[in-house]
This record gives sequence, structure tokens and C-alpha cells, in this order.
Amino acid sequence: MESVRIPSREEFRRALVQKQGEQITEKLAQATVAICGLGGLGSNIAICLARAGVKKLVLVDFDNVDVTNLQRQQFKASQVGKPKNIALAENLKEIAPYVELESFNEKVTEANIDKFVKDADIVCEAFDNPEAKSMLVNEVLEKYPQKNLVAASGMAGTDDANSIKTRKISRHFYLCGDGKSDVTKGLELLAPRVMVCAAHQALTIIRILSGLQV
Amino acid sequence: MNSNPVKINGEDVAAAGMTIAEYLASANYDTKRIAVERNLEIVPKAKYAEVVLEAGDVVEIVNFVGGG
Repeated sequence: MESVRIPSREEFRRALVQKQGEQITEKLAQATVAICGLGGLGSNIAICLARAGVKKLVLVDFDNVDVTNLQRQQFKASQVGKPKNIALAENLKEIAPYVELESFNEKVTEANIDKFVKDADIVCEAFDNPEAKSMLVNEVLEKYPQKNLVAASGMAGTDDANSIKTRKISRHFYLCGDGKSDVTKGLELLAPRVMVCAAHQALTIIRILSGLQV
Repeated sequence: MNSNPVKINGEDVAAAGMTIAEYLASANYDTKRIAVERNLEIVPKAKYAEVVLEAGDVVEIVNFVGGG
């Protein structure tokens, strides 16, 4: 049997430059992004950013992988029961072995938020709970007004993908989603719709880091 | 219609003179699920009851719904 050969760091870099261009690749290679919540949004965003060559990801989630997550989140059947931060770190290292990871199996609160976000160039809000979303966004905007923040609201239900948009709310605050489809009102969660919203967030992050988002 | 309205989420609203807390209650917002920006600055939740909306203010109320 042939042994597996993982491409070198330099091969990865050349491949990224070929597909993304020198400027974007160089900017991403210097960036740190904190992803708060590793569910349907966060697990997809993390994989996008790791593949794109972001230098470091900070991964935060208090939950374990559940069988109901497998329908839309980037985990495997063999990982059910495992903390999401550990499971996602394993999967990211298989996909993008040179990404730096710091991961926390913790719930983000007003008291501990600094630890997760202080060194990040961009904070990504990827929770599912609306009160947790509100807490994180308010804390980051109050304590770190110069930090870029990319949040999400509204990706449940069965509407078409085009109702999901990215809006710039203020100087450093971006919001993705349709703004209204609420899973707590009994709406479905469909993987492609959640992934569209995750892709909006990941693209916004890449655009901000590359100086393309004005 | 108030001739000097406040712009809230892109709409002209006769809310000048109200505190943010008063406006949020009148419009049935759940303050645990929102973020409020006034003239591009975040309004801390602890200040909702003291900040009075003025004519010409531009306010964004971001409402968070569940799912992710």
C-alpha cells in the first residue's frame, strides 16, 4: 500500500496563491479569527477559513457533538459525544494541517469573553441562541469598538437562498442572514441555507482581512 | 407625522424625546435579543433607560433570531 504524503507548507502556499492570488493569500496568512459557536455556522466557517489559509483560528463551544448535528454541521458519526471544539480541531487538521488552532470547551460569558477575542483580528459570532448572540455582539461592540465583528441572524426555514444577505451595520460590524427566520418559532434548519449564511460570514471575513470590504 | 423624525432601521419614526427603553417597549422588542446602534455607536444595554432619542438620530436595532 502506498503511504500517504501530506503536501508541504510551501506546496499549500503555492496552491493558495494560484487560486486566490498573492494579496489575499498573504493577508490571510497573517490573520487570527475567533469563531464563537461551532455548529452549523461556525463549523462551516472554520473549514472555509482554514482551507483559505487563515493563520490561526480560535474555536469556542461548550457543547458536544450530537447525532442531530450531523445533518448540517461538519462532524462525523464517529465524533458523536465528543466536545465540538476537539472534534472540529481534528477535522480541520486533516483538511489544513498547517492552520494554528486554539480551542476552548467553554461557554462564552461577559466575564470570560476577553480570553477568546482579545488577540483576534476579527470576531465571528456563530451561536444559535439569540440571547447569546446579543450578549456577544454587545460585549464586543462595547469593549472592542475597533475590532471587526461578523454576526448572523436568520437562516432557518425553507425560503430561497437569495433572502440571505450581508449588511454593514456600522464601521466594524457586519450582519449576515435574512434577519427574521427564527428556529425558536419551530422553523426547520436546512443545511444548504445555514451553509449559505456561513459562506456569507466567511466571505465577509476574507474580504475584511484582504482590505476588499469597505 | 413628526416633522423632525428619528430614523429607525431605515424608517422615519416619531420617536424624538422618547428614551431608547421607551421606544423598544412601544415596539415590542425583547431587550435580551437585540443590539442598538445610535449614530453608528453601540448603546450599552445599561443605558437604554437614560439615552433620549433626538430628531435626526439614525438608529439601527439589530434583532437576533435563533438558529446557527
